Amino acid sequence: MKKESLSNAKPMAADPWEALRAFTAARIALGRTGVSEPLHSSLQFKLAHAHARDAVYSELNTPEISNAIEKQFALPVYLLQSQVSNRQEYLQRPDLGRKLNPTSLQQLQLLAAPVADVALILGDGLSAEAINAHALPLLQILVPALRAAGFSLAPVTVVQQARVAISDEVGLALNAKIALILIGERPGLSAPDSMGAYLTYQPRPGLTDESRNCLSNIRVGGLAYKVAAGKLLYLIKESLRLQLSGVRLKDNVNLLS
Amino acid sequence: MSYRYTIRQHTYTFPDLKVLLAKASPYRSGDVLAGLAALTYEERVAAQLTLADVPLQIFLNEALIPYEEDEVTRLIIDTHSATAFAPIRHFTVGEFRDWLLSDKADTLTLQQLGPGITPEMAAAVSKLMRNQDLIGVAQKCENITRFRNTIGLKGHLATRLQPNHPTDHPKGIAAVVLDGLLNGSGDAVIGINPASDHPATAALLLEMLDYVRQQYYIPTQSCILCHVTTTLELIEQHAPVDLVFQSIGGTEKANQSFGIHLALLQEAYEAALSLKRGTIGNNVMYFETGQGSALSANAHFDVDQQTCEARAYAVARHFKPHLVNSVVGFIGPEYLYNGKQIIRAALEDHFCAKIMGLPMGVDICYTNHADADQDDMDNLLTLLGVAGCNFIMGVPGADDIMLNYQSTSFHDALYIRKVLGLRPAPEFEEWLLQQGIINKSGQILPVSSSHPLLQQLA
Repeated sequence: MKKESLSNAKPMAADPWEALRAFTAARIALGRTGVSEPLHSSLQFKLAHAHARDAVYSELNTPEISNAIEKQFALPVYLLQSQVSNRQEYLQRPDLGRKLNPTSLQQLQLLAAPVADVALILGDGLSAEAINAHALPLLQILVPALRAAGFSLAPVTVVQQARVAISDEVGLALNAKIALILIGERPGLSAPDSMGAYLTYQPRPGLTDESRNCLSNIRVGGLAYKVAAGKLLYLIKESLRLQLSGVRLKDNVNLLS
Repeated sequence: MSYRYTIRQHTYTFPDLKVLLAKASPYRSGDVLAGLAALTYEERVAAQLTLADVPLQIFLNEALIPYEEDEVTRLIIDTHSATAFAPIRHFTVGEFRDWLLSDKADTLTLQQLGPGITPEMAAAVSKLMRNQDLIGVAQKCENITRFRNTIGLKGHLATRLQPNHPTDHPKGIAAVVLDGLLNGSGDAVIGINPASDHPATAALLLEMLDYVRQQYYIPTQSCILCHVTTTLELIEQHAPVDLVFQSIGGTEKANQSFGIHLALLQEAYEAALSLKRGTIGNNVMYFETGQGSALSANAHFDVDQQTCEARAYAVARHFKPHLVNSVVGFIGPEYLYNGKQIIRAALEDHFCAKIMGLPMGVDICYTNHADADQDDMDNLLTLLGVAGCNFIMGVPGADDIMLNYQSTSFHDALYIRKVLGLRPAPEFEEWLLQQGIINKSGQILPVSSSHPLLQQLA
């Protein structure tokens, strides 16, 4: 077959409603070859999935993060582990990801940390990439703001194989009034690096989701650092004032303020 | 009552039916998380060998979750049909498996049998089956429902057009509806998962879908998948509600975690019936289920996750739904870890629901932290197509931008219809033909920019 006749065959049918893509990020007007999706969009999907999968298996850049925190904020940093031993176990045993391993717990208890207002905790969660990319930029706004507001900070902890609720155990061991964990969210196809922030007043093991406040989708193109830091500062102030967190603590800060 | 089985020198003891069912279940991460799974390969097969000899009758006498404590158990026992059960009452679970696969269990026989099968019987027999057994028996079942079209006929496969949008933007949703219709999707239902549960938003979206449907005489139904209490409110406000949606679980406590109970579902069912919006039938409910929901709500009573799931089908069955589907891979890898587990669970769910008489579809799906990809979905789609699944999801490019998970695309539906010679619901097929979207042999056609749907909607 000649090259010409191949190109004339035009197996690909484009959809004449491509203009509708302006209204949604959904994968519409992809066209068809036969009944199937054209190669280009098939590979684009695969690429997005690859980014999400790689994010699940990404690891915290602990040396860089802890050096930067110690240097920039003059705060001690402790590296901790949950009871999970590898990523496969992490995904199947959320119960183990909510508990510190005995060595890590002992390490914190031996510190006998004085009472502090806020314990900042970083956890890999389902996307360490999110923490590698977004934790420091957020803290660079949040830490000075917390200090300016007169709040005391516990040592910073960085926890590997962490679920959100591990902040309860860490916060309690550090004698903190509030535990604030920054953690990698479940990666989506359009955002493999979303960071979530969960705040708990009087953290202690056994608390459930209704006792936490959550900000999600902190990333470039999502919830901006400055807005996120502003909301967190507000929530921390209100949490300490009202002595509670969770469903009874309402977030009254406008998202666009 | 305890159950025993000896293999070589080792005697396995299973203290009750609940433990026996859990240990006989194929391996999945959720049962390990709950501490219910068999500890060795041999123990699992020992449990299956033991289960094979258990008479079906026992399931009517030994409740897994006490009758007094759980309204789902009461529903299962109180609505069991002794007449329908009669042909299989003398069987053990193992004999039941062999009979289901035999030619004696044909389509008509299976349709009559449904009300005699409890969820525990269905779950038990599924645990003795290989994947091909689950497909072979389900393929013989035909559970048909009607509202504005006919879903579930043999040789047909419908899709739920799922035009979700992260902010419920009507134009964004309309764009996806159009994309789906022009790709031949939307006969099961045009169903939106709203980003917010605000009644006003739901009402607006219902009005929009109803307008599109009426304007183009599309023989289908719409649904906003909000909480049943919200839908009840919408019905009171005279919003155009076709189908009432609700997520359901297999225990009273699991349903409590969804904010529902049987009386509330009954109220919604009656309210929807009273609207009389169906033209050729009155199946007005749409239920979604999924293995792991009872465990994640800590409401599983040490019953394995597949048996809990089958119990949800008893809840669904009571309200004669138009559609039921298991959102099989949505809940995450702590319940179904990888493609193998998702595929197995989906085939079990589809089989159990079908033999219980339900119009079962499957949301063939996974999340990004599960060890699965589109190849696994292709495998499952093909298996379910062969198994005679009533409907699947139609999501643009298989990527749901609101719920952040991957499902099946409009193209996937076209693929499975083509390779297996399956057709849309007959009334919808007629409409696709009229619109020039397909031709008489069912082949999808290219759409020109002058197509009436594009001219007026775009």
